[in-house]
Amino acid sequence: MRALLLKRLLQLVAVSWGVGTLTFFLMRALPGDMAYRIAASRYGMDAVDNRAADMVRAELGLDQSAWSAYWQWFTDLLSWNLGNSLVSGAPVTEQIWHMLGHSVLLALAGILLSILIAVPLGLASAFKGGWLDRVLLTISTALRAVPVFVIGLLAVIMFALEWNLLPVAGFGTPAHLVLPALTLALSLAAISNRVVHTEARRVFGSSFFEFARMKGLSPSQAFMRHGARNIAVPVVAFLGIQLITVVEGVVMIESLFSWPGIGHGLAHAIFARDIPLIQGAALMMGVLFVVMNTLVDIACHYLDPRGGQLS
Amino acid sequence: MSISLTTTQKSGAALLLLLIVYAVFGPMLQEGDAATQNLSHIMTAPNSEFWLGTDHFGRNMWIRLADALQLSLMMAGLCVLTSAIIGVSAGVLAATRGRWLDRGLDAIVTMILALPGLVLVLIFAAIVPGSFWMLYVAISLIQWIEYFRVSRAITQRLTHSPEVQSSKLMGFGQWYIFRRHYWPAIAPQLFTIAAFGAANAILMMASLGFVYVGIQPPLAELGLMIVEHFPYYSDAPWLLAQPLILLALVVLACQLMGRGRTQ
Repeated sequence: MRALLLKRLLQLVAVSWGVGTLTFFLMRALPGDMAYRIAASRYGMDAVDNRAADMVRAELGLDQSAWSAYWQWFTDLLSWNLGNSLVSGAPVTEQIWHMLGHSVLLALAGILLSILIAVPLGLASAFKGGWLDRVLLTISTALRAVPVFVIGLLAVIMFALEWNLLPVAGFGTPAHLVLPALTLALSLAAISNRVVHTEARRVFGSSFFEFARMKGLSPSQAFMRHGARNIAVPVVAFLGIQLITVVEGVVMIESLFSWPGIGHGLAHAIFARDIPLIQGAALMMGVLFVVMNTLVDIACHYLDPRGGQLS
Repeated sequence: MSISLTTTQKSGAALLLLLIVYAVFGPMLQEGDAATQNLSHIMTAPNSEFWLGTDHFGRNMWIRLADALQLSLMMAGLCVLTSAIIGVSAGVLAATRGRWLDRGLDAIVTMILALPGLVLVLIFAAIVPGSFWMLYVAISLIQWIEYFRVSRAITQRLTHSPEVQSSKLMGFGQWYIFRRHYWPAIAPQLFTIAAFGAANAILMMASLGFVYVGIQPPLAELGLMIVEHFPYYSDAPWLLAQPLILLALVVLACQLMGRGRTQ
């Protein structure tokens, strides 16, 4: 267990360095004059002239060479100083923390909701089979064939525009969370309900489960004692695989619903060429991704203490 | 390698073929092009002159959708081809050549995988906004990993097997061993990866178009069309439905093709 955590930690360091360096060089390679773009997003398109651009350039030290800028960035990173946003001037770390809260809220709500949808449906279709199984298979296939933003769009059209039940976009009240979380949950549950189904079928058909029934346990006892945990291990492991869907889904959903999280921030930062913010957001996503993967590893370890799959 | 398709795969292939035929020959059946605006004919419902109606600038939807589909299929094809070639060669080399190459490639893979694919593509798309080729590079950069892992695992298993050992002892070259032993084992696995990879490439491009950092207007692209048509949803729902349905169909076709082999 300790070896695993140590390995993940090393991975984390290597990954943040790699990701940071990559974004840094990619951003330096952007075409066009940075000072003009930043001045434009600060003062508005019409107010930009040579003088304003020069002022921005002098203020932010944009004329220094790429190497010295990289060195400076690297030392800053070591002291967890991600710099100030080029557009708003506020510290990036502060902005990232602010956005992170919203993203985590959305991601957790989505994952939770997806579990609430996928597990009962997967179990029910495994128990019952027949038409329920076929209907779920069709819906899952259909949902998988459309990108997550299309699910979101359809949800907006149905719940917000046609039935006027929920707000279209924005945030603030709990009602604003419903549609983004539901969108994320549906895109996750489309796949995970099939995983639950397959695993449940495997367990229900296994000899140990049959034996549990044979010795006189009621169906619910057999399920709680012998079924649940055996089904849970692969399902939780699959959650880890789905993390990438979560993060990508969060990026798209936040942009669609104007949810003030990291994905939304990243898309905006790319638009405004706000290099420190892009770096910060991408870095945070990389770090978060590794951390969440570690958490899934740990969860699997506790569910299945034999520790077979931890290496 | 003999190809025997399941019914699911056959229906996927048929759907894909239909879409390819539409993308290639569709524009020839109607006059005009994807960019010509006709402001006196905006948002006309499908009729005998415009088979799929016109959009908010009066552009012919039949031709625009075919163009967008062409772009998506081209992206998918290029990405699959590139990442398969790079991935398989890197995988075989990593398993057969020295340890340092294996370690190095593994480190690169770990780094790329640490960042969710879409974020990486977003950053690449930011470098040259609206560039088809940048998206192609970024998507291929993510997708080669899957081919790499599969071919590396298979090659590693085979490289100490009796048949490869005896081939080596008999003095056959690396290329011969690859052709005779590794490739026949790797090839059947590639089909599934390629089918899902194609679907992902199409989804990725549409996603970027949707957040406005992908292909730029006035080019026709499925994701971009969806976001362009959304404001006119209440006036012309069919306009929004067309790119949505087409995108779903092409992704479904790819996914159906990949189904079956995995079971």
